[in-house]
Amino acid sequence: MTAQDKSCPEGTQGSPDAYQRKLALSDDILMKIEKPARYIGGEVNAVMKKKSEVDMRIAMCFPDVYEIGMSHLGIQILYDMFNQLEGVWCERVYSPWEDLDAVMRKEKIPLFTLESQEPVKNFDWLGITLQYEMCYTNILQILDLSGIPLLAKDRDEAFPIVIGGGPCAYNPEPIAEFFDLFYIGEGETQYEALISLYRECRQDKLGRKEFLRRAARIPGIYVPSFYEVSYHEDGTIASFSPIEEKIPAVVVKEIEKEVSSTYYPKKPLVPFMRITQDRVVLEIMRGCIRGCRFCQAGQIYRPVRERSLEMLKEYALAMLQNTGQEEISLSSLSSSDYQKLPELIDFLIEDCSKKHVNISLPSLRIDAFSLDVMRKVQDIKKTSLTFAPEAGSQRLRNVINKGLTQEDILQGAALAFQGGWTRVKLYFMLGLPTETEEDIRGIAELSNQIAAVFFETVPKDNRVNGKVQIVTSTSFFVPKPFTPFQWATQCTKEEYIEKAYLTRNAIKEQLNQKSIKYNWHEADTSVLEGVLARGDRRIAKVLLKVYEKGAMYDAWSEYFDNEKWLSAFSECGLDIAFYTTRERGLDEIFPWDFIDCGVSKEFLKREWQKAQKEEISDNCRKACQGCGISRFGCGVCVEEHSYQKGSVYENQD
Amino acid sequence: MKIRIKFRKYGNLKYIGHLDVQRFFQKAVRRAGIDVAYTTGFSPHQIMSFAAPLGVGLESNGEYMDMEVNSFTGCDDIVNRLNRASVEGIEILSAVVLPKEAGNAMASVAAAGYTVRFREGRAPAFDWRGQMAAFFARESIPFVKETKHGTAEINLKSGIFALELREDDSIYMLLNASSAGNIKPQMVIEAFLTAYQDTLKENALLITREETYTNIGTSEEPVLVPLAAVGLENVYA
Repeated sequence: MTAQDKSCPEGTQGSPDAYQRKLALSDDILMKIEKPARYIGGEVNAVMKKKSEVDMRIAMCFPDVYEIGMSHLGIQILYDMFNQLEGVWCERVYSPWEDLDAVMRKEKIPLFTLESQEPVKNFDWLGITLQYEMCYTNILQILDLSGIPLLAKDRDEAFPIVIGGGPCAYNPEPIAEFFDLFYIGEGETQYEALISLYRECRQDKLGRKEFLRRAARIPGIYVPSFYEVSYHEDGTIASFSPIEEKIPAVVVKEIEKEVSSTYYPKKPLVPFMRITQDRVVLEIMRGCIRGCRFCQAGQIYRPVRERSLEMLKEYALAMLQNTGQEEISLSSLSSSDYQKLPELIDFLIEDCSKKHVNISLPSLRIDAFSLDVMRKVQDIKKTSLTFAPEAGSQRLRNVINKGLTQEDILQGAALAFQGGWTRVKLYFMLGLPTETEEDIRGIAELSNQIAAVFFETVPKDNRVNGKVQIVTSTSFFVPKPFTPFQWATQCTKEEYIEKAYLTRNAIKEQLNQKSIKYNWHEADTSVLEGVLARGDRRIAKVLLKVYEKGAMYDAWSEYFDNEKWLSAFSECGLDIAFYTTRERGLDEIFPWDFIDCGVSKEFLKREWQKAQKEEISDNCRKACQGCGISRFGCGVCVEEHSYQKGSVYENQD
Repeated sequence: MKIRIKFRKYGNLKYIGHLDVQRFFQKAVRRAGIDVAYTTGFSPHQIMSFAAPLGVGLESNGEYMDMEVNSFTGCDDIVNRLNRASVEGIEILSAVVLPKEAGNAMASVAAAGYTVRFREGRAPAFDWRGQMAAFFARESIPFVKETKHGTAEINLKSGIFALELREDDSIYMLLNASSAGNIKPQMVIEAFLTAYQDTLKENALLITREETYTNIGTSEEPVLVPLAAVGLENVYA
């Protein structure tokens, strides 16, 4: 199959005979609320279908406000995929902003999709993407406003099947009770099978439970109601097992092996209003070869699979033509590792400069090649360069396996300053395992050294405004499932804050402190993010409780209310420390252990132990580390490698 | 070559703002494959100018946008291409070629005509139909305007060029829409109701801008014509 075979057929999008749209909200409401364009749909490339020609209605939800949700690539891929299927109409729904939320509750207006403007409650499926933990209360908002019972067990045949997917589905347990099923892994592979099964069960009137029972046997599908958890007295998990025969004990993640010939939107949606990422996004590859030990994406999206140059060229042209966007962004976890990047960029520069299209290149390693490229595509006076050393000392960078040395950074900075850049952003994490005061001071020292490099490399006469601007930002490290650091203890709020103060003070002591601006992230949300990330099924009652207290939009600092969360935990008799600062034994059963993300627990353990010994691991192209993903037989695992075949880990999987 | 586009904004798209309309056209022009001219410099942008901004909630049958093109494929072709690249809610009505000396759309605006209706149940209680002519004949039409420093009373009279009740109970008004003296239809209705000790109910008006005009006469003796009238129609490539 070629890439073209799965592109969207002509005529389904915005056809004039498509059914006429009456808005769900009255003019009075739309004129009263902020940004009514969030709720009207009808954007360029929105898909309208005739109701008489579809038998399967899917509401696809990003549980945050429109501007955030519309910026998300995953939904655009699934939206395009579903709408190519015969008889299926996939529509979108986002969280109503606080002002509309209040109106809808008061006037009892059910939550609706943007395309047909019909109540979500009448749909066959409600799919919710789970991109970050702090949106969990918004899931409850979506269900509540839709008029769907919050708990899956309370839903009967009248309600949609509620499906969760996305990175947070890799530990679905804290929200397991709110979902009928989870799809673990990449959406391109099993949804057709799930739709067929649904249609079959509906036709034979087998009922909701039987559909779920059969769905649980489809690869990648997890139906929480068919599993039971028991706990030890100390609160850790004693057992986690299916309660029926034929329900798999382990759910293996799904991946798309043929990333160059699968679904990808040629006609992405173009919003009317300004959104967070208002550009064409070209996903050049999935996965990452690097294996940073704190990074969940680097593990769960393994193995690295590159899309072919031919596909990317074809899609870039088509997407720009069909959207009229002024900017194209290359997306991946580490774009510098895409092997044909120079060819791709040459092609884009050639084509885009004719069309006055900007090229945006996030997640590039700073070196001579990338600086040369950036000089061609960006206005260096207006842009800043970003380095993500993540840790302040080489020792700690070895612990986290961040293969970026001080030399790399300082050389990159020197090249950048010679090239005319004067603004540098630095990203670090505080609270990493084994971190000492010295490592924290390293953040300040590295920031200072970069400033010094500027003064050394750029002669006084050539300095724009005579200044260099270093913006050093720290976030707090939160241990995530399926990473080598899943065993790590998390810091308390007080420890986090102390570390931020230490960083700030250390920066103030630097010679070039006037050139350095320091930002840090909020500590409260980091603690909660950690609870939700590594939480178990018991967390659901806390979520219900805190939602009852009015928590919503927790990812938005202006709405986040830590007091509500603290009291919800204490009312539910659950201890935050159990989920955050507790030492986890190497043999503890984790809530997410029933999921097989391709990377073995043994590998993660090895990496955790290597971390403590400050030993680094090579990237996938340099030497296979035997993570276990090679049994999927695709991507980097089957590439021709320069290293010797038959290495120690070759047959270990 | 400078092209003036006339378009309609209707239906659900009345909820998108002026900046969104501008962004919509920047992208629509690319989708339509129109050879629009760009400014020079490091971050070039399309050479485009929009006439009077239309508020959220208003529909319009007479919006204008000027753009500079490098090559020209004919007025009809431009209209067809843009309509194919458009969505329900924005319809391109015409394209004309502007003479070299024509000012840009924004600077050219002198007046705009509006149809205003009261929503059902939100009309004033007094005999507004009967009083309208008398109100318009007054020498002074005071209106209290909110400003950055509080409120200020202004006289709308000189900016209201026409005000009439139509048979279908709608009110037609022709108002100053220049950047210096722009009057919104709601201001006129508010002044009208205030004069009869009434106040406007919330979201009471349905407003459609019918046409946007430029002045080809003098400031003393204005001659108002639609913005498109200063261009050449039916020009072929």
